[in-house]
Amino acid sequence: MSDEFEYQHQVEELAEKSATAARLFDVRRLIGGLFVVYGIIVTIAGITASEADLKKAQNININLWTGLAMLIVGVLFLVWMWLRPATAPEPAPEPPPGPARPGDETV
Amino acid sequence: MHYLAEGLRLPTNALDYSILILYFAVVLGVGFAARRSVQTSLDFFLSGRSLPAWVTGLAFVAANLGALEILGMAANGAQYGVYTVHWYWVGAIPAMVFLGLVMMPFYYGSKVRSVPEFLLHRYGPSSHLLSSVIFSVASVLIAGVNLYAMAIVVEALLGWPQWVAIVVAGFFVLAYITLGGLSSAIYNEVLQFFVILAALIPLTIVGLKRVGGWGGLKDSLETSHGADFTSAWGGTGIGSDNPLGANWLTIVLGLGFCLSFGYWTTNFAEVQRALSAKNLSAAQRTPLIAAFPKMFIPLIVVVPGLIALVLEPGIGTEKSGTQYNDAIPLLMRDLLPNGVLGLAVTGLLAAFMAGMAANVSSFNTVFTNDIWGAYIRKGRPDEYYLLTGRVVTAVGVLCGMGTAFIASSFSNIMNYLQTLFSFFNVPLFCVFIIGMFWKRATAAAGFWGLLSGTVAAMINYFWFYQEGVISIPSDQGANFVSAIVAFVVGGVVMVGVSLFTQPKPVESLAGLVYGTTSPGMAEPPAAGDEAWYRKPALLGWGAIILAALCYVPFSL
Repeated sequence: MSDEFEYQHQVEELAEKSATAARLFDVRRLIGGLFVVYGIIVTIAGITASEADLKKAQNININLWTGLAMLIVGVLFLVWMWLRPATAPEPAPEPPPGPARPGDETV
Repeated sequence: MHYLAEGLRLPTNALDYSILILYFAVVLGVGFAARRSVQTSLDFFLSGRSLPAWVTGLAFVAANLGALEILGMAANGAQYGVYTVHWYWVGAIPAMVFLGLVMMPFYYGSKVRSVPEFLLHRYGPSSHLLSSVIFSVASVLIAGVNLYAMAIVVEALLGWPQWVAIVVAGFFVLAYITLGGLSSAIYNEVLQFFVILAALIPLTIVGLKRVGGWGGLKDSLETSHGADFTSAWGGTGIGSDNPLGANWLTIVLGLGFCLSFGYWTTNFAEVQRALSAKNLSAAQRTPLIAAFPKMFIPLIVVVPGLIALVLEPGIGTEKSGTQYNDAIPLLMRDLLPNGVLGLAVTGLLAAFMAGMAANVSSFNTVFTNDIWGAYIRKGRPDEYYLLTGRVVTAVGVLCGMGTAFIASSFSNIMNYLQTLFSFFNVPLFCVFIIGMFWKRATAAAGFWGLLSGTVAAMINYFWFYQEGVISIPSDQGANFVSAIVAFVVGGVVMVGVSLFTQPKPVESLAGLVYGTTSPGMAEPPAAGDEAWYRKPALLGWGAIILAALCYVPFSL
């Protein structure tokens, strides 16, 4: 049955060489950063909103509220990342002693 | 695809454009930043199977939350009313939970890299090649349709010529996927998910204030369209008439079972997100985590559709010159001041690009691994397939752009194609589910079940329904019935063929059929996965119960 499960070996080997876990940046930095910037831009638009803007949005200062909410979301993501940084996995984890690897037990 | 009406031009200014340009810059930056993480083909196609569950889960929702889906479901809201919630609560949640709890152990545990690859190991080359080719062709064509739809919307809203929109969006998608592979597609999807929320939540709040809150909205609609319009099940008794053209049985069986299970459990553009998770538990949790946001999306998509119907009572009629698809753009134009307007435009464009990127990133995986690597150039070193994946990405996007240009002259053909491909997923699901639970199902049965189910659905839709042999009140209703036909015919043919052909030896099915395990597959649970809130069963059943509860306010 070695042939049947050859592709699983391939995937395992590639997974060991894979660099994603170690080298891919944290998505929380991306969301947090963009939302903080957007939050600031939109909040300023809210502070400087004109009468026409307010009237159009049914007298809700929607820019102000959206901007502040985005700012909070952005900061929360950055705080989350700071409190619980992603742990890079061990360089080469030892295969667990228990279960055998596919194909090992048969020829 | 419908043309958007004239007069939808948004009053955008420099502020809105800076928000939009910033987004495009970030998207490209993600591609460059993700590039250094791509060392192997597994990194490129499946992010090295290493992402955390919340990231893959949000990408799972976002891959489906393309702009066509957003505009289309708002349009359904304006056209069919509250019935549209069936696409979410019956038509998505149960299938997502089933994928996570029942099917994911087979997909992820067998270490296949794509949905068609599972067919190769469970059945054999014939069904594998058939589904790989159809999936590849469909992905490229759908990416093109997406691009074309975006060009129309952008032309109407911002005044860009269609070819500019097609080239710009196509180029950005090509660049960031070629650079960073699935990781940059997924990261951009997660980002798009939050941006689209930031766009649609303010739109819904302002819109609701305009029509006097939910109470005011409901009163206006019941006065103009009758009480059933704001109820989920009113008027769906068998034989009674409703705008959807479907009764509760075809809704539950056709939409809730055949169509939705077909789409959510076998569409590789979705399943790929789960296969990139870091372990089996995270892969199982991917669609389950996705189910919770999915449940509440109607609040910010269907509700704006209803609001648009109150504000523009003639929407969708010849006289008004507006289409149902214009519902969200109309509200954006009338209600959002500059700033939030820029966010909304950005969210919409982001959703178009993410929808297309999901098609492209699943296409390059299937084409490279399941067609090129499996039948044309076997056994090359991994670098070769990594490079092939990048080239295929570029070719796929260019073909999609070509399709978009063709679509602008033959838009009816594109509608047909989309309907046609939607029928392919249902027999595919039938073949999967029988293959996963019945050891006796044979290789030939897989191929003939797939083919006969697809053909049967097409005959039912294009001949019986469109030629008027049987009478079904609406296209949606006919879709639901065709899906049921595809499932039943595919299943019957599979059972029939299996009984007369030789089954695969049981040893070769380890890990692919219920009750067997792949040798050495049992991996140790990762630290922290035993926490109660990470238990797949709890998340799954929680989602089902919550979706059922969502129906309560709309059923009394």
